[in-house]
Amino acid sequence: MTVELGQISLLAALLTALVLGLVPMIGTYTGNRRFMAVSTTAALIQCLLVMISFGILTSAFVIQDFSVEYVARNSNSLLPMHYRFSAVWSAHEGSLLLWELILAVWIASVALFSKRLPEVFRARVLAVLGWISVGFLLFILLTSNPFGRLIPSAAEGLDLNPLLQDFGLIIHPPLLYMGYVGFSVAFAFAVAALLGGEVSRDWVRWSRPWTLVAWAFLTIGIALGSWWAYYELGWGGYWFWDPVENASFMPWLVGTALIHSQAVTEKRGAFGNWTLLLALSAFSLSLLGTFLVRSGVLTSVHAFASDPTRGIFILAYLAVVVGGSLTLYAIRAPKMIQGGGFAGTSRETFLLVNNLVFAVMAAMVLTGTLYPLLIDAMGAGKISVGPPYFGLLFTWLLVPLVLALPVGIYSRWQKDEGSRLAGMLRWPLVMSLVFGAGVWIMEPDIGFVSAAGVTGGAWVIFGSMFYVGHLLKRKNSFKIPASVLAMTLAHVGLGVFLIGLSLVSTLSTEKHLRMEAGDKYQMVDYTFQFLGTKVVQGPNYTADEGEFVIYKGEREVTRLYPQKREYAQRGNTMTEAAIDPGFTRDLYVSLGEPLDQNGRAWAVRVYHKPFIRWIWLGSIFMLCGGMLAAANKRYRRKLPVKKPVKTGSKEVTA
Amino acid sequence: MNSRIFPLVGFVLLVVLLVVGLKIADQKTNLPSPLIDKPVPAFDLPVLASPGQRMSKESLLGKPYLVNFWGSWCVTCRAEHPVVTELARLNAVYIVGMNFRDESEDAVAWLKRWGNPYDVSLVDFDGRTSIDFGVYAAPETFLVDPSGTIVFKHLGQLTWEIVENEILPRVANMESGS
Amino acid sequence: MTPTRKRRLTGVLVIIIGVGIAAVVAMQALNENMLFFISPTDVEEQDLPAGKRFRLGGLVANGSVSRASDSLAVAFVVTDGAKSVDVRFDGILPDLFREGQGIIAIGELTPNGHFEASEVLAKHDENYMPPEVADALEKAGHVESET
Repeated sequence: MTVELGQISLLAALLTALVLGLVPMIGTYTGNRRFMAVSTTAALIQCLLVMISFGILTSAFVIQDFSVEYVARNSNSLLPMHYRFSAVWSAHEGSLLLWELILAVWIASVALFSKRLPEVFRARVLAVLGWISVGFLLFILLTSNPFGRLIPSAAEGLDLNPLLQDFGLIIHPPLLYMGYVGFSVAFAFAVAALLGGEVSRDWVRWSRPWTLVAWAFLTIGIALGSWWAYYELGWGGYWFWDPVENASFMPWLVGTALIHSQAVTEKRGAFGNWTLLLALSAFSLSLLGTFLVRSGVLTSVHAFASDPTRGIFILAYLAVVVGGSLTLYAIRAPKMIQGGGFAGTSRETFLLVNNLVFAVMAAMVLTGTLYPLLIDAMGAGKISVGPPYFGLLFTWLLVPLVLALPVGIYSRWQKDEGSRLAGMLRWPLVMSLVFGAGVWIMEPDIGFVSAAGVTGGAWVIFGSMFYVGHLLKRKNSFKIPASVLAMTLAHVGLGVFLIGLSLVSTLSTEKHLRMEAGDKYQMVDYTFQFLGTKVVQGPNYTADEGEFVIYKGEREVTRLYPQKREYAQRGNTMTEAAIDPGFTRDLYVSLGEPLDQNGRAWAVRVYHKPFIRWIWLGSIFMLCGGMLAAANKRYRRKLPVKKPVKTGSKEVTA
Repeated sequence: MNSRIFPLVGFVLLVVLLVVGLKIADQKTNLPSPLIDKPVPAFDLPVLASPGQRMSKESLLGKPYLVNFWGSWCVTCRAEHPVVTELARLNAVYIVGMNFRDESEDAVAWLKRWGNPYDVSLVDFDGRTSIDFGVYAAPETFLVDPSGTIVFKHLGQLTWEIVENEILPRVANMESGS
Repeated sequence: MTPTRKRRLTGVLVIIIGVGIAAVVAMQALNENMLFFISPTDVEEQDLPAGKRFRLGGLVANGSVSRASDSLAVAFVVTDGAKSVDVRFDGILPDLFREGQGIIAIGELTPNGHFEASEVLAKHDENYMPPEVADALEKAGHVESET
């Protein structure tokens, strides 16, 4: 099958992207409506072409065409079908094609669902997105082509890295990229607004649903990555502050600030510059993250194969996109904050705290991630910055955020009284303190910080839910407005996340043991009994499978079967942990290594992880909240005809 | 205008840092070897799949040769294999395959499946020789001159460009020179 | 100064102080928590104090791994081709841990000269060696043993 068609399709997509970037933009400056209308057609054609290209690569994997080098490197004739699909994005070239596919889909979506926007603004948004696509397509075609042939063709593939032969790989990258790449839309809206010198705040309302959806995807994408690491790596960890993880976390932090800032700018006109800058930064951080993990600049356990030449390209791209947009910001951003001022005690103030905290968090993560590079560049040695730094900063910064959250929800815009707020928040405060104290009394081992975290999470949850009650009472109805429900869901999610995080950090128990068949080990109120191992055969691996019986008192709770797999093709060894998931705790067992010749004694890891699922449960709530907020009918209402906005450039009446 | 230029300035500084970072990363793959112009490390190793036969560095004195470290577990070795095969076909230089940290049966199977370009294959089972050569990842290739001095090293995948620009000219020099 | 101006100024001041504190705390945390990478040669040449945590990197010397028979305690030697360090670790080694493999151990030197590791890392790709380890191997050069 001619995979070269895939390459040709990409080339055609590049040409289309160039048209998309140039023609509509020219149209906005010359008033040529036909030019501006080209944006829709170009966006749709580009999407189709990229889909064709991606489809061709996928089919090469499905039919196992080992004459394609990328397929030969990442697949194998024994690889099960569902992994053949996910193998497409398991390494650098394919994952970039996935990036581009998702970008093309977002662009097509914007083209299809933004027909009600003023045509000049819309044309500019699509043109900016076109330029972003041009950069990525060039990058793929010039440095990372997945369609290269292997001559002579390989008779057998090298197999997908066993760590990636997993459900997690099937869903984590696509969802994560939906988020990462989705911020490009907010970016394009911001650039279009700057180009047009938009002083009105309508552009913010238009960009909100797009930003919310991207944010929601990024939230669940990151959560999935954490969950995957948890069960796949076999050490019970779920977040390592690894540069690759940080690369996805930074856009999320800025994105969270952005969605809140957009709300303020839309409703009150304040924070105009914040919103612009955050929109530009979110996508910039996505690009920066891409650069960091693919260029070899940072060491990481899951960086892609490093290649400094690719790094140069991405860095140049980054410089153009980010540098260009920041220059535009410096020149064009409105000189004054639009809209009214606000008092010291007001919703705006609390949301400003929100903006600041998230911005500082992102800056701290960036600093910690890049610090080793800085030290190395100065020749001062090779260092690594680890969890103690990140954990400490993160904990401290959460304090103002958590305290402000419920207060901000209850606050009125522009001006409010502290005493009024204190009165309304009395019950949530009392209940959360009681809850926190109760938990601390039941589990004194958690210590002050963890108890404070639990109290903070409860504070967020009770504050959010009480607000709903307060609103219903005031309106005298049982109908919760969708936007309030969305907000409450997301905030409750944060609270659940915080409680889970606080508890699992201090209550989880871990033990590395030497066990022989028949041995028992008591952990908390569970007894783990090892029954020995036996050999099992998988589709492309052989494994030693251990059997563990877990008792609570006399009653058998479950049996767990962790495996130590040997993948034939690559000779990799893999640990497959066995988990008994639960709402209040996980029981987790994984095999280390055989400790004697006949394999009767094994090194074993045993874990008891209370409330760990709350971390991901909270993220699911946030996902739902974000999606619900984006679906708000308000965004799909017909827009009133706008008066022309005067600017430095020629403007067409929308 | 004044405060709004900060983000841009900050970004420019960041780019400077990243450019430096790239240079460093680049150097990591082009590490100058302290072994250049030094005598090749001593070795005395069994020949692959030939029980009883061994070869040491002394037996290779008098002609230039290439030492190519590889393993059946090494993905990049598979990618560079066509280049090594072509080099063997040209008969330009004696090629010693150094199979390390591998099971001999896997190595034999690998050579059988993809083709054996090596004039002789040695087995460094425990990796001692690879350590002496400073080899930390596969593939790695060394060019040794007739007097037993290492004159060139390449880390990573061998490309035809490197063979043409670095290896063949040096071999030609050695043959015409002393 | 109008009340609005005063409020704005207070706000700005609060922000600057807050961010300033955050920055100072961050730099402190950074400096206290960064781990230096040190090779076996450096360990021998620089007189390192016992009790300071760092990352030791190199290759696992052949024939040096020995496990206790009744616990998870293991001892092995890390080398960069020139010098070596004795390492003790009580725990489960990573899957890719092998003799001749590049690894990084995090821990500290003990008064009796060996390295007590609390963590041992090896990346999930046998082709990879952390660039720092590669660097150290190259710097150490190799003492060829003439027979």
